Amino acid sequence: MSRLRRFFGTPEAIAGAAILALLIVMALAAPLLFPGDPQAIAGPALLPPFQDWSLPLGTDRLGRDVLAELFHGARTSLAVGLAAAAAALLIGAVVGTLAGFAGGLIDEVLMRITDAFQTVPSFLLALAFVSIVGPSLGVVVAAIALGAWTGPARVARAEVLSIRERDYVAGARVIGMHPLEIAFHEVLPNALPPVLALSSVIVAAAILTEAALSFLGLGDPNRVTWGGMIAEGRTVLRTAPFLSVVPGIALVLTVLGVYLAGEGVVESTAVRRSLS
Amino acid sequence: MTRAFTLIRRRLVGSIFVLLLVVIGRFLLLEAAPGDAVDAYIVSTGGDAGMIELLRHRWGLDQSELTRLANYLWALLHLDLGQSVTFSRPIRDVILERLPTTLVLMGSATALSFGLGSALGIYAGARPGSFRDRFLSIGSLALYAVPGFWLGLVLIVVFAVDLRWLPIGGIETIASAKTGFSRASDIATHLVLPVSALGFIYLALYLRMMRAGMAEAWRQDFVLAARARGLSRRRIVLAHVARNALLPLVTMLGLQSAQMLGGSVVIESVFAVPGLGRLAQEAVAGRDTPLLLGIILVSAVLVVVINLLVDLAYAFLDPRVGAGEARA
Repeated sequence: MSRLRRFFGTPEAIAGAAILALLIVMALAAPLLFPGDPQAIAGPALLPPFQDWSLPLGTDRLGRDVLAELFHGARTSLAVGLAAAAAALLIGAVVGTLAGFAGGLIDEVLMRITDAFQTVPSFLLALAFVSIVGPSLGVVVAAIALGAWTGPARVARAEVLSIRERDYVAGARVIGMHPLEIAFHEVLPNALPPVLALSSVIVAAAILTEAALSFLGLGDPNRVTWGGMIAEGRTVLRTAPFLSVVPGIALVLTVLGVYLAGEGVVESTAVRRSLS
Repeated sequence: MTRAFTLIRRRLVGSIFVLLLVVIGRFLLLEAAPGDAVDAYIVSTGGDAGMIELLRHRWGLDQSELTRLANYLWALLHLDLGQSVTFSRPIRDVILERLPTTLVLMGSATALSFGLGSALGIYAGARPGSFRDRFLSIGSLALYAVPGFWLGLVLIVVFAVDLRWLPIGGIETIASAKTGFSRASDIATHLVLPVSALGFIYLALYLRMMRAGMAEAWRQDFVLAARARGLSRRRIVLAHVARNALLPLVTMLGLQSAQMLGGSVVIESVFAVPGLGRLAQEAVAGRDTPLLLGIILVSAVLVVVINLLVDLAYAFLDPRVGAGEARA
C-alpha cells in the first residue's frame, strides 16, 4: 500500500497514470463505441472538426470518421507497444542470463551478437525485416523486438554477473541442481528488477517505431494506426493540417504517459535505472 | 600517443568481428526474402524461363548457399555490394552518392542536440530541484515523446506553409544554377527544418543526462572542497560540476549515432532530402532488398567508425581511459 502511495506521490506519476488509464479505456471501448469497420466511409470527405456532432473530429480525405480511427488506432499502438516490449524484455533477459551465467565462450559469442545488433540502426533493421517478410501485426512486433532486446540483455548480464557469485547460487550448485535450472529458476528472477525498469523506455520506443513504420506505409494495412493516419493526412497537409496534427498529439500524449508512469514506478520502487 | 594506437587496435579487432556478424546476418536476411535478384529484375523487364535460367547462372544464384556466401564475402572484400535493381547501377555508387547529404544532416543535428542539450542541461543542473530544473525536465520528456516525422510535419505547416520562411523540402532549389557561397547558403536554408526536426528529439536525451550527471556530481566531495576554497558559484558549476558530468555525454554521442541514422530515414522522407535514409525508403518502395541491406551494412560501418572516433575523443578527454591497456 505504501508503495502505491509513493507512486502517486508526484504529480508527474499521477498525470502519467491518468493518460495511460484513458488510453486503455479508449482501446477497450473502441469496438463498443465505434462498432464496425473504422476504415469505412462515414460521411463527406475532409469535414473539419467540431462541425457535425455525429462526427466530432471530422473526416479524412476518404470520408472516414477521424474519432473512430483515433480510438481504433489506440488499440494498435498499445498492442504493438506492449507486445514488442514484452518480447524484447524476454529475449533480452534470456540472452543476458545465459551470457552472464555461462561465461567464457558462450558469453563472448552472445555479447558479440548483441554488439552486432546494436551496430545496425534498429529502425533500419525493422524496416528491412518488415519489407522482406511483409507487413502484418505480428511481423511489426517481431521487427521492433529485434532491435530492442540488446539493452535488456546488457542489463540482465551485468546483474547476473553479480548474482551468480552469491551464496544461494553456490548452495544450489552444491545440492546438484542443473546449471540451466539454476540460471532460469534462481538467478533470472532475481536479475529481473533492473531489467524491468527499462520497460517504460522500451514500450515508448516501440510505440514510436510502430508509428514511424506505419507512417512509411509498412504497418498492417488492415488496421488503423496513428502513424498511418498521419501519413494519410500528409497528402492534404496544406488544406487540412488537423488530419496529421490530431493523431500526432495522441501519439505524443501516449508516449509521454508511458514515460511519466514509468518514472513514477522506478522512483517508487527505488530501483536505480542503469543505462544500457 | 601509444595509448590511442592501442585503443584503435583493440577496437578494430572487435569491430571487424562485429561487422562480419552483420554481414552474415545480412546474407541470411537476403536468403529469407521471397524471390531473388533475378525475380526482381524479371518483374521490371520481363523475360522467359530460358532468360531466367541464364541470368541465375550468370549472377551465380544457382550455386549452393555456402558458395554464394563465399562469393558474397569475396565481392565485399573488393567493396562490391552488388547491383541495385531499381537504379540499375552498382549499389556502392548509389550509396556513396547519397552518403554526404546524410552525413551533413546527421552532423548538424548532432551538433544542435549535443550543444543545446548540454547547455540547457547545465542550466537545469546548476540548481537541482529548482523550478527551472523541473520545468526543463518535464519539457524535455515531452519533447522526447514527440515522433520525429510528426515534428517535421508540424514544422512544415508552421514555417513553410503558413509563414513561408523556409522551403518545404528538398536539398536545394532545383535548376537554380547557383554556385559557391550562394549554393551553400541555399542548401543550409533547406536543411534548417530537417536538422531541427532530427536534432530537437535527441536534445532531450543530452539535457536529461547532463542534468542527472550534475545532480550526482553536486554530492561529491570535490564540490564541497571547491566551495570551502571559496570559489564562485559560476566557477563551481562550469569547471567542476558540469565538467565531470560531460564525459558520459560523449559516450552517448557514439551510442546515439545508430539511433540518429534510423531517425534520419523518416526525416529525410518527410522533407524529401535525397540522403541515405530516403534511399532506404525508396529501396523499400521498389522492393530492392539488396540495396536496402547494402544501406544497412554501410550504416553499420558508419556507426562503428563514429564509435571509434568517440572512443578516441574520450581517451583524449579522460587520461585514465586506456592507460592500463597501453601498459599491459
